[in-house]
Amino acid sequence: MADQALTLEDVRFRWPGRASFGLSVPSFHMTQGESVLLLGESGSGKSTLLSLICGIVTADSGRVEVGGSDLATLRAGARDRFRAERIGVIFQQFNLLPYASVSDNIMLPLRFAPERRKRAAPDEVATLCSALGLPDEITGTTAGHLSVGQQQRVAVARALIGQPPLIVADEPTSALDAATQDTFLGLLFERIAATESSLLMVSHDERLGARFDRVVRLSDIAQTERMAA
Amino acid sequence: MILRLALGSLLARALTVGMTILAIALSVALFLGVEKVRTGARASFADTISGTDLIVGARSGSVQLLLYSVFRIGNATNNVTWESYQDIAARPEVDWIVPISLGDSHRQFRVMGTTQAFFEQYKYRGGRSLVVKQGHGLEDLYDAVLGAEVAATLGYEVGDPIVVSHGLASFTEHDDQPFRVAGIIDRTGTPVDRTVIVSLEAIEAIHVDWRSGAQIPGQTTPVDRIRQMDLKPSAITAALIGVKSRLQIFGLQRLINDYPEEPLLAILPGVALQELWQIVGVAETALTAVSAMVVVTALLGMMAMIFSSLNERRREMAIWRAMGARPATILGLLVLEAALMAAIGAILGLALLYAGLFIAQPLVDSAFGLWLPIGPPTARELFVLAGVIGAASIASLLPAIRAYRLSLADGMMVRI
Repeated sequence: MADQALTLEDVRFRWPGRASFGLSVPSFHMTQGESVLLLGESGSGKSTLLSLICGIVTADSGRVEVGGSDLATLRAGARDRFRAERIGVIFQQFNLLPYASVSDNIMLPLRFAPERRKRAAPDEVATLCSALGLPDEITGTTAGHLSVGQQQRVAVARALIGQPPLIVADEPTSALDAATQDTFLGLLFERIAATESSLLMVSHDERLGARFDRVVRLSDIAQTERMAA
Repeated sequence: MILRLALGSLLARALTVGMTILAIALSVALFLGVEKVRTGARASFADTISGTDLIVGARSGSVQLLLYSVFRIGNATNNVTWESYQDIAARPEVDWIVPISLGDSHRQFRVMGTTQAFFEQYKYRGGRSLVVKQGHGLEDLYDAVLGAEVAATLGYEVGDPIVVSHGLASFTEHDDQPFRVAGIIDRTGTPVDRTVIVSLEAIEAIHVDWRSGAQIPGQTTPVDRIRQMDLKPSAITAALIGVKSRLQIFGLQRLINDYPEEPLLAILPGVALQELWQIVGVAETALTAVSAMVVVTALLGMMAMIFSSLNERRREMAIWRAMGARPATILGLLVLEAALMAAIGAILGLALLYAGLFIAQPLVDSAFGLWLPIGPPTARELFVLAGVIGAASIASLLPAIRAYRLSLADGMMVRI
């Protein structure tokens, strides 16, 4: 099982206080180094699934394992630490603390992950920036002043720093225009190949599928339950 | 790094944060300013009279005697006879004694009859003497020396004639014997500022034609005949005493209180001032309470500001959470921001206070005779500043706990 990057078995989840929406995932697996595109319309439970995988919420029943560790066995504080150590997260947009500098934003997860901090090379911020086509002098800039395309690339740098085994991305390209999207994905895949991380990306855009090892429809692996209010 | 990010977050909201800090700074400056005025007023009050060991008057209450003899408030119920006064003056313990005779007024100010010794013996604010800044002291029978406020209010200058009224609120004037302003005393911040000082003999002189508080009808003694008369008073209102050795104060006090010929009372001015301050001190507590409320209001404003910023910062909280921050870290971040705002506000408030003090000190001294000392912050003031920062942190707990709950409920999905 050591080569399993992600395992979900018989997972059931219902938001506390929001009885009208629930999600169940009978079985979903990802091997280490695999890149998977998860297709789903908005409102299909994508964000809930990502929250479960990141350990921000815990399943009511079933098993969520990341890199062989069952998240349910970890206490809340340990889950937060686990997320910081093992998972790089990229959002749709508004990824960065707008008031913090680019380098502070990139190093933010290291603040909560001592082991990942040790793995990160001292000049990794600069290395990542130049690999992602960000100019050197940008690291001191306040993140709020960057263009959306630059912000998303900074978010990739932040997700990749210290080489976490799993990268989770929630529609990272939806705020970008077509040309920028392509460049962005090219850079992302180049970096992921270099660090041998697994990538789970959620999107509603099927055209992205060509670059991925596997394309999965959310409706094929998960059932959402909606009850009339 | 967290501290740097917290500072960055505050800087990014410079306008609202700045207003909040300004409110805290102003409230802190107000609170500390009130404290300064309060302690200054207390010290000024305690310094109203110094160097006098005992005050003697007819038997009444110690606060009452202090009020009429020093503060010129209220009236003596009885007088001290000239014989008793001379008996006490002749005691071996007595180093100096200054008689005081009250009862007449000029406009709204009291007239006090005394001797030249008053100018030498009356001390205030830790041993300062009265200074006659214009003119001279009591030389002629009809010389009057004015306190600074009397001269300023009524616009008198040296050489002006003034007429003393009989009693405190009467229409009878001693207009047959006008006085001349001989000198004006520098402002002291004591009741002397509001007093018209004449000689003891002058008080006798203007009452030559009076018996039992009423003018003898048809009788007016010409001024040049009065000047020939022996103007020895028959009674005085009170007397200030200095003893040769402080060890003798209590002995002399007991002796005067047990004086067999007449019921007399001797008080220690410091003790009576303390008693009086306990009465006046209620106002001081009220003042402190009001300025404390202002600080509380400023902190509530800050709390409201943090609350209203929470919604727009939910996205930011989600980022922190996704990066591995615990909900407790988010709580800590908000408390840290509040503490930073309060700390900056407190330091700014202290700076405002000192700036205000440097500007106001000479003005307040000359206008009110209130001396506000400028020194390094006292332990009490530092305690107040620490209290403000602590209170701000506690106040921010409420919005911080809400942020904690929100970040738990939102997880990584915030829909904006």
